[in-house]
Amino acid sequence: MQETPSFKRELLATLPSLRAFAVSLSGRHDKADDLVQDTMMKAWAKQDSFQMGTNIKAWLFTILRNEFYSQMRKRGREVQDSDGAFTERLSVHPSQYGILDMADFKKALDGLPPDQREAIVLIGASGFSYEEAAEICHCAVGTMKSRVSRARTRLQDVLGIAGEADYGPDAVSAQVTTQSL
Amino acid sequence: MKDKTKMNDMSVPRSRRTDDGLGSNSDIGAKLRAFYGAVQDQPIPDKFLDLLEKLDEVEQAGKRKGG
Repeated sequence: MQETPSFKRELLATLPSLRAFAVSLSGRHDKADDLVQDTMMKAWAKQDSFQMGTNIKAWLFTILRNEFYSQMRKRGREVQDSDGAFTERLSVHPSQYGILDMADFKKALDGLPPDQREAIVLIGASGFSYEEAAEICHCAVGTMKSRVSRARTRLQDVLGIAGEADYGPDAVSAQVTTQSL
Repeated sequence: MKDKTKMNDMSVPRSRRTDDGLGSNSDIGAKLRAFYGAVQDQPIPDKFLDLLEKLDEVEQAGKRKGG
């Protein structure tokens, strides 16, 4: 049996996305990296139960998610990190969004209930279909759809964007404008 | 022009609203992908690579020993 080399390669290829999902779930880089390491060990130990050629990304995301919730149950939900730690670690500043904007977005994302947060991340960023995401989260496809929808609406409300209503400049952007003068 | 059925949507540009509202024209979708991408584009930490090598070594050693 020579499945190991390509299992390793596929695991490696999925790590960047897995890590981004872990950061989205836990809200912290240090916790996220612990989570990814635990997931790697778990996945390695049970690689015999993975069928090559099937969706390894979904399989790994499922393991990471289970691990996250079982750790959360054990430890209780810890206080989210300040945005500072996240922004400090950004190696590349996305050109179209300022760093403040990114920090605001992360704060809004962290403020979502966990089930909505994972739903919108899996669908909107990780590239899973509703069916795959529903399987990862052990819920019905319809449930996944409504979670994504609620998450999107809530983010729009919190961030005051996407034209749901004309809020005008909010407190944060007003502050920024003042500071930049 | 048809009457707008949902009052709340009146200010939303109707140019393109995908099923989930997270498509390429969606502000939330774009921010989400920028956030996710910023983490995803970071280099894989050495500790992950080391761990993977270690797991592989242990397994290879185990195979040589007893199959």
